[in-house]
Amino acid sequence: MTLPDDELVAALKEGDEQAFAAVVREWHAGLTRVARIFTPTRAVADEVVQETWLRVLGALDRFEGRSSLKTWVFRILVNTAKTRAQREGRSIPFSALHDPARVPEAAVDPERFLPDDHPHHPGGWESPPRELPEDRVIAGETREVIERAIEALPASQRAVISLRDVEGWSSDEVRNALDLSEVNQRVLLHRARARVRQVLEDYLAPEST
Amino acid sequence: MIDTEALSCQELVELVTDYLEGALEERDLRAFEAHLANCDGCTEYLEQMRTTIRVVGTLTPNDLTQAAETVLLKAFRDWKRSS
Repeated sequence: MTLPDDELVAALKEGDEQAFAAVVREWHAGLTRVARIFTPTRAVADEVVQETWLRVLGALDRFEGRSSLKTWVFRILVNTAKTRAQREGRSIPFSALHDPARVPEAAVDPERFLPDDHPHHPGGWESPPRELPEDRVIAGETREVIERAIEALPASQRAVISLRDVEGWSSDEVRNALDLSEVNQRVLLHRARARVRQVLEDYLAPEST
Repeated sequence: MIDTEALSCQELVELVTDYLEGALEERDLRAFEAHLANCDGCTEYLEQMRTTIRVVGTLTPNDLTQAAETVLLKAFRDWKRSS
């Protein structure tokens, strides 16, 4: 549990090691997930997170509380990651992050719907979702399948679904940390959830052939 | 804006996250709910999206390794000493 921002900043400035360790632990997963958008491997992401905390400490005296401390730390993380990517000559998936509409992708395979010129039910389900066996949904092996599905998503979608649905952040927190518009945040979240749902259906209720 | 009469299943599935986020305009919301009331396929789809969110929520966040934490705590102490 993190302290209110003003108390937390005061504690950090006083050198309260416990407060520092607590906030490092609490935000670590979120920071790593966002860092992964800009980094080729998990190891590089971990380094970026470490570098971020060093920069945060160095800049703490200049924190003015105009945004939340969390938002401020995530902005430093994004800058750190971008700077490092530039230094290493890697391109950054900005366009994917800021303009998801440019990557058209349907939530459900269009083949599963009747054609638009169908006389009775244009655009209706031809192959509706297959029921998921509830007892297997929560099984450990199902969670592994979902972990892999999330890992395989494009980086921007992975970051949004991880922060929203794994870490339980609000949409505003995600928008601020990733500098996304409300609409783009929802588009990325929708694509990510739709993809994971499809993987879940394919795994738990495979199409009978 | 979506025509109430013309909201197809294929269109509805693209609105599920907007619906769950409370981001649909009044008119679209009415069309969405009217469609759901008569469509088993879309009701199942919405239910599976809710299931997906629930299961994703049970995944364990990435943990900080002990080594990384040690490095950061040392950095914090150094920072404190020098400031």
